[in-house]
Amino acid sequence: MRLPTQLIRTLDQRRGVAAVLLALVLLPGCHPGVLDPVGPVGQGQRTILLNSLVIMLGIVVPTIVAVIGFAWWFRAGNGRAEYKPDWSYSGRVELLVWSVPLLIVIFLAGIAWIGSHDLDPPRPLASKQPPLRVEVVSLDWKWVFIYPDQGVATINRLVIPTGRPVSFRITSGTVMNSFFVPRLGSQIYAMSGMATRLNLQADRPGRYRGISAHYSGAGFADMHFVVDAVAPQRFAGWAAQARASGGPALDAAAYVRLARTSATSPVVTFSAVRPGLFDAAVRDAGTILVAAEKSGRQQP
Amino acid sequence: MSHTPVETHPVFGRLRWDSIPWSEPIPIVASVIVGAAIVSAIVWAWRAGHFPYLWREWITSVDHKRIGVMYCILALVMLLRGFSDAIMMRAQQAIAMGNGGFLPPHHYDQVFSAHGTIMIFFVAMPFLVGLMNFAVPLQLGIRDVAFPTLNSVSFWLTASGALLVNISLVIGEFAKTGWVVYPPLSELRFSPGVGVDYYLWALQIAGVGTLLSGVNLVTTILKMRAPGMGYTRMPMFCWTSLAANLLIVAAFPILTATLAMLTLDRYLDFHFFTNEAGGNQMMFVNLIWAWGHPEVYILVLPVFGVFSEVVSTFSGKPLFGYRSMILATMGICLLSFIVWLHHFFTMGAGADVNGFFGVATMIIAVPTGVKVFNWLFTMYGGRIRFTTPMLYSIGFMCSFVIGGMTGVLLAVPPADFVLHNSLFLVAHFHNIVIPAVLFGAFAGYEYWFPKAFGFRLHDGWGRASFWFWITGFYAAFMPLYILGLQGMTRRLNHYDVPEWQPWLLVAAGGALLIACGIACQLIQLFVSIRDRESLVDETGDPWDGRSLEWITTSPPPIFNFAVLPNVEHEEAYWSLKERARETATLSERPDYVDIEMPRNSPTGIVTAFFASLMGFALIWHIWWLVGLGFLGAWATFVIFAWRDEAEYEIHADEVERRDRERREAKARLLKIDDTPGEAMA
Repeated sequence: MRLPTQLIRTLDQRRGVAAVLLALVLLPGCHPGVLDPVGPVGQGQRTILLNSLVIMLGIVVPTIVAVIGFAWWFRAGNGRAEYKPDWSYSGRVELLVWSVPLLIVIFLAGIAWIGSHDLDPPRPLASKQPPLRVEVVSLDWKWVFIYPDQGVATINRLVIPTGRPVSFRITSGTVMNSFFVPRLGSQIYAMSGMATRLNLQADRPGRYRGISAHYSGAGFADMHFVVDAVAPQRFAGWAAQARASGGPALDAAAYVRLARTSATSPVVTFSAVRPGLFDAAVRDAGTILVAAEKSGRQQP
Repeated sequence: MSHTPVETHPVFGRLRWDSIPWSEPIPIVASVIVGAAIVSAIVWAWRAGHFPYLWREWITSVDHKRIGVMYCILALVMLLRGFSDAIMMRAQQAIAMGNGGFLPPHHYDQVFSAHGTIMIFFVAMPFLVGLMNFAVPLQLGIRDVAFPTLNSVSFWLTASGALLVNISLVIGEFAKTGWVVYPPLSELRFSPGVGVDYYLWALQIAGVGTLLSGVNLVTTILKMRAPGMGYTRMPMFCWTSLAANLLIVAAFPILTATLAMLTLDRYLDFHFFTNEAGGNQMMFVNLIWAWGHPEVYILVLPVFGVFSEVVSTFSGKPLFGYRSMILATMGICLLSFIVWLHHFFTMGAGADVNGFFGVATMIIAVPTGVKVFNWLFTMYGGRIRFTTPMLYSIGFMCSFVIGGMTGVLLAVPPADFVLHNSLFLVAHFHNIVIPAVLFGAFAGYEYWFPKAFGFRLHDGWGRASFWFWITGFYAAFMPLYILGLQGMTRRLNHYDVPEWQPWLLVAAGGALLIACGIACQLIQLFVSIRDRESLVDETGDPWDGRSLEWITTSPPPIFNFAVLPNVEHEEAYWSLKERARETATLSERPDYVDIEMPRNSPTGIVTAFFASLMGFALIWHIWWLVGLGFLGAWATFVIFAWRDEAEYEIHADEVERRDRERREAKARLLKIDDTPGEAMA
C-alpha cells in the first residue's frame, strides 16, 4: 500500500490542497468562510479538512467511476461483456474490499486522533504573549463579551488584538447556543451552568462575522455579532477609551435587564463591569430570572 | 415577561377557540383542502359501498402483506406533507435575504421542526417497516409474522402518531425546537405552548408501535423460517431487517425513557434537563443520540438489504460476498451504539473523548465501504437490466459514497468544529437520507409492487421520476455544502449575506425538480392502475427473481404458500428454478393439508383510536378524556386477550385449487409441461 506515503508527500507539497482550494474559492458568489481562515486554529482545521477530503477522494472517485463503468459495460445488451452467472465469491477480491477501506480509515483515524489533541479547544495556543481573557455569555438573542482584565464589556461586538491568543470562557444565560466565528476556527457550545473553554487567535486585522451556530428560538437568525481584529496598540486604545467613556456599567441590574429582554441588541460598550459577573452567571445556571417568573418568555 | 397561569377548563382542558391559528392562511387553507379531500374520500367510499370491504379486508386485516402496504401508503401520504414543509423552507431561505421572507420565525421554526420529525418518524420509518412487513415473511417462506394482531396494533399506533402531528397544524402548534427537541429550549420555561407536547405524545404513541413491530419482526426472523432456511440461507434483506429490528428493540426504549423524562419536566415540574435546580441539558443530548445514532442505521440497514436484492436480481447474479455482507451488516449494527457523541463534539468533552468517538465513527466506514464494493462486484460479470429499481440502486451507489465521505469528514473532530450545525451538515445527512434511505424505499416500492398488487408500475414514469429526483437532489443539496463552508448555519429564518442567495436560489430550484419527481410518481401510480391489464404479472415472477417471494403468485394468496417451501440453497427460489429448467419438471405435487390462518381483528384500530384520544387529551390537559382513552385502550387489550377463536381454517381443497393455478403459471414461465397425470416424475 504505497498510497498513504505518496499522498503525504503530495500533501506536504500542498499541491492537491491548493488545487481543491482554488476550485472552491474560484466558485462564483463566495462569501469567505471556513476555507479562508485568518488565524492558526482555522488554518489547522482547514488543512485537516482538505487533507482528509483529498485522501477520501482518492477512493471515492474511482468507486463512482467503477460503478458507472461496470453498470455500462455489463448492460444486458452488450454482447462483448462476459456473463458469469455464478461468480459470487473471490477470496482475493474480499481481501481487497476489506483492506482498502480499512487502510484508509487507519490513516484518517491517525489524522483525527492527532488533530483532536492538537486542536483541542481548551488547549492554550503556542505564543510568546499571554492570552487575552474574554468571557462570553449568550443571552436571548445576543452575545455579551466581558474583558475581566480590562474591566470593560460589550454586546454583539468582540474586539481582539491581532497576533495574540484569546482565551475564551463561554456560558449561556438562556438556552444552548454555539459561539462561532467561522474565519477564526472552532466553535464551542454555550451551555447554562457550564463554562466551556476555547482558544482562538486572529493574525490578520479585519472585521469578521460571528454567529450562534446552535438554534435557540425565535430571534436566532439575528443572533450574530461582529469581530474586530485590530492591531495590539489599537486594542489597548479601544479598551482605555471604553473605560474612560463614562458609558453604562454592566452591573447585576443591567445584566438582569439584558437577560429579560428577549431581543437582539445593537452594539453596546460598557465602561465598567461587575467583577465575578461571569462566574455568577455560570453559578446561577441561567436561572437568575426563574425565581421571579416561573415560565413564559417575553416577546420583543 | 409576565406569566399568567394557564387555566384548565374541566371539560375542554386548555383547548380554546383561539387555539386554532385563524389568522394564518397557510395552515388554515392547507388543512381545509386536506380535510375536504379526506371527507369526500370517506363519503365516496361510503356511498359506493366500499366501506364494508375496506373495514373487513384492510382496516382490520392482520395479514402482514396488507399491513405492509398500509404502512407504505401512510409513508407516501406523509412524504407529501413533509415535502411541502421542505418547499416552504427552501422558498423562505431563497427569499429572505435582508428581509423577513414570507414565514415569520414562529411559523418557520415549526416548519423545520415538523419537516425533520415527519420525514424520520412518519415517512422513512413506516416506509421501511412497511417493506419489511411485506417482504420478510415472503422471503422467509412463511405464512405471517409471529404476532399478526400485534402487527396491526403497531401499524395503527404509528398512524395515530402521524394523526397527532397533523392535527397540530390546525389545533394549537407544533414544536419550535428542531426535530430532536433539545432542552432547555424545549422546557416549559422557553416553550410554554403545546408544540413540544404534540411532539412528545405523537412520538411516544408511534414509538410504542415501532417497538412492538421490532419485537414482532425479530421474533419472526429468529423463530419462524421455512424448513431448511438456516441463518446463512436467509436473503440479505432478511439479514438487514434482523439487524435493524434488533436495533429498534435496543434503541427505542432509550427514546421512550428520554422523552418520558422531558415529559415529567414539562408536566410535573421535574428537573431532569432544566437550567434551574440542578438539571443538565447535556444528559438529554447524550440520551437522545444514544437512540438517534442507532436510528440512522435502523433506517439505512433495511435499504442496504433492498439494494442487495435489487442489484443481484437485475444483474442476474447472486449477491457477491454474501457472508462478508452478513458480517458487515452485523458489524454496523454493533458499532452504531458507540458513536453517538459525534453529534456533539462541540460540547467540549476533551481531546481523548472526541478522538475516541471520531475514530469509532470512521470504523463504521469500513463495513459500509465493503458493502458498496460488494454491490459493485455483484454487477461485475452480470447482465444488467436498467429497470427503475436498478436505476435507483446505481444512483444510490454513486451518491452514497459522496455522503459517506462528507460523513467521515464530519467525524474528524477538528473539521467538525468548523462544520458542525452548518448547512454542510444538513447537506451531508440529506446526502445519506435521500440517495440511500429514500431511493432504497422507492426501489423496494417499485420492486415489490407487482408482488403486492399483481401488476407492475409503469416503467417510463418511474424512470422520469428517478431522473427528476436525482438531479433535484444534487441541485438542492450540493449548494448547501458550499454554503456550509461559507459559514452559513442551519435553521436561519433570514440572513444578510448577499453572496449566499444565489446558492439558495439554486437549492430552491432543486426542490422544485424533486417536486416534479414526486408528481411523476403520482402519475405513475395513476397510469399503472389505469393500465393494469397490460402491466399484469401472471407468473408471480416478473423480474426473474431469486428469493422465495417470487415463487408464489402475485398477489400472493392470504396464506402465501400452499406448502412451506423446502430450502436447500442460499438462493431458495433460484435453485428450484434452475433444477426445474434442467429436469424440465416442477417439483413434485405435495399433499395439501388444511391451513389455519389468524382471524382479522379490529383490536389495532380500536386501540389506536383510544390512544389518539388519550394523546390529544394529554396535550390539552383534558384529564377526563385521558382516563377514558387509557381505559378504552386497556379494555380493548383485555377483550382481545379473552377471545375464544383466533384462527380460521382454509380447506385443503381450496389450497390445492389455488396452488394448481400457481403451478400452471410457473409451468408456463419455465416452459414446462405440468399437466396432471402425464407429469414427468
